Amino acid sequence: MTGALQATSRPRLPRGVRLKHDKVRGEWLLLAPERVIKTNGVARAVLERCTGELTLRDIIAGLVRDFEAPEARIEADVRALLMSLAEKRLLDF
Amino acid sequence: MTMTPPAPVGLLAELTHRCPLGCPYCSNPLALEGREGELATGEWKRVFSEAAALGVLQVHLSGGEPLSRRDLTEIVRHCASLGLYTNLITSGIGMNASLVKALAEAGLDHVQLSIQDADAASADKIAGYAGAFAKKQEVAALVTAEGFPLTVNAVIHRANAARAGAMLDLAVALGARRVEIAHVQYYGWAVANRGQLMPDRAAAAAAVAEVEQKKRELAGIIVVDHVIPDYHARLPKACMGGWGRRTLNITPTGKGLPCHAAETLKHLTFWNVRDASLSDIWYQSPGFNAYRGTAWMNETCRSCERRDIDHGGCRCQALALAGDAAATDPVCHKSPDHARLADILAAETQTEPAPYHYRRVAARGSA
Repeated sequence: MTGALQATSRPRLPRGVRLKHDKVRGEWLLLAPERVIKTNGVARAVLERCTGELTLRDIIAGLVRDFEAPEARIEADVRALLMSLAEKRLLDF
Repeated sequence: MTMTPPAPVGLLAELTHRCPLGCPYCSNPLALEGREGELATGEWKRVFSEAAALGVLQVHLSGGEPLSRRDLTEIVRHCASLGLYTNLITSGIGMNASLVKALAEAGLDHVQLSIQDADAASADKIAGYAGAFAKKQEVAALVTAEGFPLTVNAVIHRANAARAGAMLDLAVALGARRVEIAHVQYYGWAVANRGQLMPDRAAAAAAVAEVEQKKRELAGIIVVDHVIPDYHARLPKACMGGWGRRTLNITPTGKGLPCHAAETLKHLTFWNVRDASLSDIWYQSPGFNAYRGTAWMNETCRSCERRDIDHGGCRCQALALAGDAAATDPVCHKSPDHARLADILAAETQTEPAPYHYRRVAARGSA
């Protein structure tokens, strides 16, 4: 983690943290060192955008379009998810 | 058992029991399996293929020292091709620059490197291997330079409890994003070295407090997974997340176990991957079904509000300390044997420790 998450930050899943579709259980999971984290549809949509190319602003704008939800709510959800992963060292930005 | 258990999430593959180190708290059984009986490359590949089909998501390539297997890179490549998350649990001895590159190219996801102490001389003494501490510094540098995420594993006991915090600082200095720091759990070789390893109550409590304090200070820098000492606790751990609920362990010769200590339960029969499919081992074998659910529990556990949280604690510890594998784990304050832990603690910590009984292969010296 390198300080606060800015609108211009480019969040990315670090090496060793990846999304996987689990055919046996029929769910999308985030695999990380000694951890398996279930993801819902929104979390998956956020994490798929965390490639290090898009800024936080881009990610939020894309989600607002795709989910037709208010920007303030999307931004709050995205920030909460990304910060909780960053605290666990499962996300860099 | 009437309910079908969930599919396993993790598989611990003890690729070999061979290891250059002699750590006196090793979780391997006292009766180490020799090289001649180890599963061949093709057999391990079949095990991992079956594991992926069964629903296993993460494989932990362990030992012994997994780098002792010359086919490690081939095994990693096979696991990665199946989409399995591959985790290498290593002492670092045997690692070099070209092997790190080969493992990266094969698709290894994560490396866990053990350390024995923050003090070099003490670390080498605990490992029973001169130069181990220095070698681990080199290996950590190679692993992080290659871009691998690194977890450092440290075990706290009598000889290093005063440096629990220093071991966390060392993990940060080695470039780890995560550290597992655990007080010794008394299974396998650790039972044979209990008096040498067990810190007294004050030393253990000081180490716990120091790690908790530093865990807060290091938030966002390194994730600290802290395992507190069993013998000082009031509530048992949810051992393995429950018997046969989340993970399975395959020994070097192919036995399928619910945990690495399960062979101490001599009344159970465990099936071998040479004779049975992994699916049958998981769902059908009597060893895995023995302590699933709640029907096997005594009244203390079955009527307890925590029965679905800790599943009665650890079966191996119940047998070792209460003489009955189906008893309440004596770590639990409700166990009639709970007071024995304090007696053991007092007896083991009031004398000067004897020399370590190092983990070595007994016969033929082939470690």
